Amino acid sequence: MSLLLELRDIRVSYGKAEVLHGVSFGMERGKIVTVIGANGAGKTTLLNAAMGIVPSTGTILYEGAAVPATVEARVAAGMCLVSEKRELFATMSVEDNMELGGFLRSGVERAETLADLYQRFPRLAERRKQLAGTLSGGERQMLALARALMSRPRLLLLDEPSLGLAPRIVAEILGIVSELRMAGVSILLVEQNARAALEIADEAHLMELGEIRRSGPAASMAADPAVVESYLGTGA
Amino acid sequence: MDSTILAFLVQDGLTNGAIYALLGLALVLVFAVTRVIFIPQGEFVAYGALTLALLDTGRMPGTALLLLCFGLAAFLLDLWSMRHRPRIGEFSRSVLVNLVLPVAIYGATWILAPMQLNAAVKALLTMAIVAPMGLYVYRIAYRPLADASVLVLLITSVGVHLAMMGLGLVFFGAEGLRARPLSGGSFMLGFLPIPAQALWIYGCTIAAMVGLYVFFEKTLLGKALRATAVNRLGARLVGVRTQLTGGTAFILAATIGAVSGVLIAPITTIYYDTGFLIGLKGFVAAIIGGLASFPVTALAALGVGLVEAFASFFASNFKEIIVFTLIIPVLIWRSLTTDHHEED
Repeated sequence: MSLLLELRDIRVSYGKAEVLHGVSFGMERGKIVTVIGANGAGKTTLLNAAMGIVPSTGTILYEGAAVPATVEARVAAGMCLVSEKRELFATMSVEDNMELGGFLRSGVERAETLADLYQRFPRLAERRKQLAGTLSGGERQMLALARALMSRPRLLLLDEPSLGLAPRIVAEILGIVSELRMAGVSILLVEQNARAALEIADEAHLMELGEIRRSGPAASMAADPAVVESYLGTGA
Repeated sequence: MDSTILAFLVQDGLTNGAIYALLGLALVLVFAVTRVIFIPQGEFVAYGALTLALLDTGRMPGTALLLLCFGLAAFLLDLWSMRHRPRIGEFSRSVLVNLVLPVAIYGATWILAPMQLNAAVKALLTMAIVAPMGLYVYRIAYRPLADASVLVLLITSVGVHLAMMGLGLVFFGAEGLRARPLSGGSFMLGFLPIPAQALWIYGCTIAAMVGLYVFFEKTLLGKALRATAVNRLGARLVGVRTQLTGGTAFILAATIGAVSGVLIAPITTIYYDTGFLIGLKGFVAAIIGGLASFPVTALAALGVGLVEAFASFFASNFKEIIVFTLIIPVLIWRSLTTDHHEED
């Protein structure tokens, strides 16, 4: 079976400084793949390169072919990034944000998906007229996720969905991510919260200083002494 | 000054202010969506006015040929950017938008120009000729610079303004023209005669504002433009192409310019370079609105019109100076009250 996403020797430089030094891995359909690592390891840069927000060298294959050139074309091809900064439209209503998430879909599909997502995220349905900028941190993350789902993505790139959120909300959001996998969405999850990420992921890659250091099934990574010591804490 | 003069000045100020309001809105729109300070906005006014005036005399307006040239240039640029990755869909779209459309408009103008058309048809034809130029100007000058800084885009705008003014001289010549009013006569409001053309101006301004409001609040494309203004990256992440919003903003701006030109052509003589000064007054209003607020811009534009009317009565030699001086206290106030952001 062909891979959904394949990264080969991806390198990214900011000015003269190279921050990703040839990252390669592939992910299969219907899987949750997580990239864990410390702050500054290059995880966000990797997602941004996969989405086309930052220029990179190397090869990115999506559904077996070269990935489209622009961010917008990648969205049209079924990729969707939920950025660490959420990138919501703060001065527009929750509903407008959601509708724009389905910008490339037909009116009928948009209405259907919107109704579905309001059922899954009742909090957003309650606040549909509220401005996105006035939501709480957890609600904003929900909205960012829901807006991404409005495009009916086949590959969801999630950047630090737990960042700055209370543990209860983190659990809720990661629960939704697991459900999405059941619904057939493949997910590339970047997380500093390694413990939570490894719990829901199928495969994991450990990133340090712009390189992949270890890879393997999430369960065995969670048991790997080096990972445990540096990223999960020995007391757990 | 008695109440009659006062009433005349107010009416004059509101009439001009309504035009400035339209232009101010276009400037805010283009800046919010594309970060371009659109100095050539005034050229579209001049093109619109001169096109209408020439159609009045039954002659072929130079803008029709200019439109063909713009379309051809845009087409060649499209070809150049497709040289590595030719795509049949993009190519046929480019042929349609950049070649077929201007040729069709040119053909329609060629047939219609010599006929004695009624005023509304001439006004629509004028808009059909001028509005697509917004798209081509965007394609030729701004689209390749989508990621450039505001300063680079501003310098580009100065260049586009000078080029379009020069082309105006080539295609229209140096003499001024005036169009016939859309409808003649006037109405009495108490002792004050209101020319029918002024009513057209008020009506069109209000209609344009309502139209823009509905577009931005109710349509998905309008929301996409607002989204781009609020969060450029966020808009790209939901699949809104910068080229789509940029092109739409420029078409709207050019349409507003053409409408303003059609409205103003019967009340003042327009030369190839008159547009700049008119656009600059819309710019004063847009600056007062912080290049962000549509309602403040519209109110400020009416204020600019009124100040201009009274200044031309009390100190006609200094009327432009007085109008443009308005901007200074606003800039000082803004620099004191807003946080300074380094451009990202």
